Amino acid sequence: MLEASNLECVRGERRLFAGVGFRLEGGEMLFLQGRNGSGKTTLLRMICGLTHPVAGEIRWKGETIGALGEEFREELCYLGHLNAIKEELTPLENLTASARLAGETLSEDEALDALEAVGLLGREDLACKYLSQGQKRRVALSRLVHEKRALWVLDEPFVALDIAAVAWLAGLIGAHLQRGGMAVLTTHQAVEIPAGQVRELMLS
Amino acid sequence: MIGTITAVTARDLKLAMRRQADIVSVLFFFIIVASLFPLGIGPEPDLLRKLAPGVLWVGALLATMLSLPRLFADDFRDGTLEQLVLAPQPLGLTVIGKVLAHWLVSGLPLALLAPVLGLQFDLSTDALLVLTVSLLIGTPALSGIGAIGAALTLGLRGGGVLVSLLVLPLYIPVLIFGAGA
Amino acid sequence: MNNRLINWFKYASPQSFYPLAGKMIPWFAALAVVFGVAGLWLGMVVAPTDFQQGEGYRIIFIHVPASWMSMFIYLVMAFWAALGLAYNTRLSGMMAQALAPTGALMAFLSLWTGALWGKPMWGTWWVWDARLTSELILLFLYIGFIALQASIDDPRRADKAGAVLALVGVVNIPIIYFSVKWWNTLHQGSSVSLTKSPSMAMLMLWSMLLMALCFWMYSIAVALYRARSIMLERERGTEWVKEVLAAEGEGVAK
Repeated sequence: MLEASNLECVRGERRLFAGVGFRLEGGEMLFLQGRNGSGKTTLLRMICGLTHPVAGEIRWKGETIGALGEEFREELCYLGHLNAIKEELTPLENLTASARLAGETLSEDEALDALEAVGLLGREDLACKYLSQGQKRRVALSRLVHEKRALWVLDEPFVALDIAAVAWLAGLIGAHLQRGGMAVLTTHQAVEIPAGQVRELMLS
Repeated sequence: MIGTITAVTARDLKLAMRRQADIVSVLFFFIIVASLFPLGIGPEPDLLRKLAPGVLWVGALLATMLSLPRLFADDFRDGTLEQLVLAPQPLGLTVIGKVLAHWLVSGLPLALLAPVLGLQFDLSTDALLVLTVSLLIGTPALSGIGAIGAALTLGLRGGGVLVSLLVLPLYIPVLIFGAGA
Repeated sequence: MNNRLINWFKYASPQSFYPLAGKMIPWFAALAVVFGVAGLWLGMVVAPTDFQQGEGYRIIFIHVPASWMSMFIYLVMAFWAALGLAYNTRLSGMMAQALAPTGALMAFLSLWTGALWGKPMWGTWWVWDARLTSELILLFLYIGFIALQASIDDPRRADKAGAVLALVGVVNIPIIYFSVKWWNTLHQGSSVSLTKSPSMAMLMLWSMLLMALCFWMYSIAVALYRARSIMLERERGTEWVKEVLAAEGEGVAK
C-alpha cells in the first residue's frame, strides 16, 4: 500500500541517506531506527510530502503521493515532534479545532472521551500554556484516540511519557494496526506493540 | 470550500481574541505615528489637511507590516502550520482563511480608526468618508500581498526587516491609489 | 523536435553547462569591449555637440542602455524563475541568482546617470517622474530579491522563494509603472518632460544601439561568470566539481 523506493536525502552538503526503500501493507508497522541526525525525521516528513526527496519516490496505493495530493492527505495523520497545539486554547478547543481543520467532525463527547483517555479530564478548560510538557504532549496524542485515517506517521510519540502512558499508546497503535491501518514511527526506546506485523528500517 | 475558510478564520480570530494585546499595540503604533507628523511638520491646518491622506495611509501601511510576521510565524513555531499544510483541503483556501482573519484584526480596525485620527488633521466629513472607504478597500490588498512576504521569510533570521524590504515596494500601487483617492 | 528538447535539457544540468559557459564567457567579454569602444567612440568623439544641451547630453549613451538592461534583466530573471518553478531544474535558480546583482547594478547606474544628467538639464537631481520613480522601485525589487536569497541557507528553498518573489515583482512592475504615472499626472510634479531632443540624429541612435549591445554582452558575460561560481559553490560535494577543480588546479600548476 505504502511504498518507497530509492529515496535520497541531502542536507546541506551531507548526504543523510540514499537508496532507502520499504513496503508497508495494511496492518503493518514500520519502525525507523538510527542515530541522532541520521535523517529519521526527514524521512517521516518525506512520507508526508512535507519534504521532497532529492531522488526516489513514494507511492500510496500505486500512485505517487505528489500526484494524489489531497486524496493522500485525507488518509494521513502526522504527529511531529512539535505538539501542534495552541498555547492560548484549552485542550478541548485544541482537539476540536484540529479536527475541524483536518476536515473531520468531532463531537464534544468524543473529544472529552479522548481527553479522558490521556488523563486530562478536569483540565479540559484550562489554557494549554498552564500545562506541563508531558501534559501538552498528551493533548497532542489525544488526537489519535478517535483517529480513523489509514496511515499514521508518528515522530517520537513515546518521548516524555510515563510507563503507563507508553503502554496505553502502544495499545492504541496496536488497535489501529488490527483495524488494518498502517503506522510509521521513530522511537529511541524499545516498545512492545501488542498486535500487528512490525518491520524495521535502520538508517545509518 | 466556505467551510474550510470559516474554520481557519474562526480559529485565528479566537486566537487573536485571546491575545488582544497584539492587536491593540498595532493600533497604538498607528495612532502614535499619525500623531508624530503634525509635531514634525507644524500645526498649520492647511498643510495638515493636504498631508493627511498620505500620512494616514503610510501609517496604516507600516502598522499592517508590523503585524505581518504573526500571520504564519506562530503556527510555524508550534507545528500547527504543518498540520494545516497536511490537511486534506486545498492549501489556497487555508491561506485565504488566514489572510481574512489577519485583515479582520489589523486592516479593519485600522480603517475604522483612521477617521478619528483624520479629525486631528482637520479633515472635512467628505474627506473622512473617502479616506475610510479607501482604507476599507485597500487594506485587504495589503494583507494579501503581505502574506506572500510573510510566507517567503518564514523562519529566516532577520525576518521582520526582510519582510519590509520585500513587501514595501509591492505596496506602492495600493498606497498611490489609496492615498490619491 | 524531440531531439532538440533532449539537447536543451542536457544543458540544463550544471555539470554540462559549466564548461559551455566557460567557453562562452571570453567571447561575450570580447564582444562587450568591441561594442563598448565603438559605441563610446561614436558617442563621445564623432557625435556632434547638441546645440541645446551641450556636451552633457552624452551621458544618455550610458543612461539609456542601463535603463533598458535593468528592466530587461528583471524579465529574464522572472523567466528563469518561472522555468525553475515549472520544471524544478537546478540551473534556473542559479541563473536568476546570478542575474540579480547585474540587474541591480544597471538600475543603480540608470538612476545615478539620470541624476547627473538631470542636474545640468533640469536644474535638479531628482524629479518624481513616473519613469524615475519606477526605476527606483525596480532597484528596491532587486535589493529585496538579493536580500531574500542571501538570508536563506538552503539553496533549493532560496531558489523557490526568489522565484516567487521575481514573478510577483514582474506582475507588479507594469502596475507600479501605471500607478506612478497616474499619480504623477494627478500631482503635476514636474513641468519638465523626459523626451529627448525632437529628432535624434542617426549617429546618436547608432551609438546608443552599440552601447546597448555592449551592455548586453557585458551582462551575459558577468552573469555566466557568476553562475559558474554559484555552481561550484553549491555543488562542491559532487564528483564533477571535484574533477573540475582538480583539472584547474593542474592547469595552474603547469
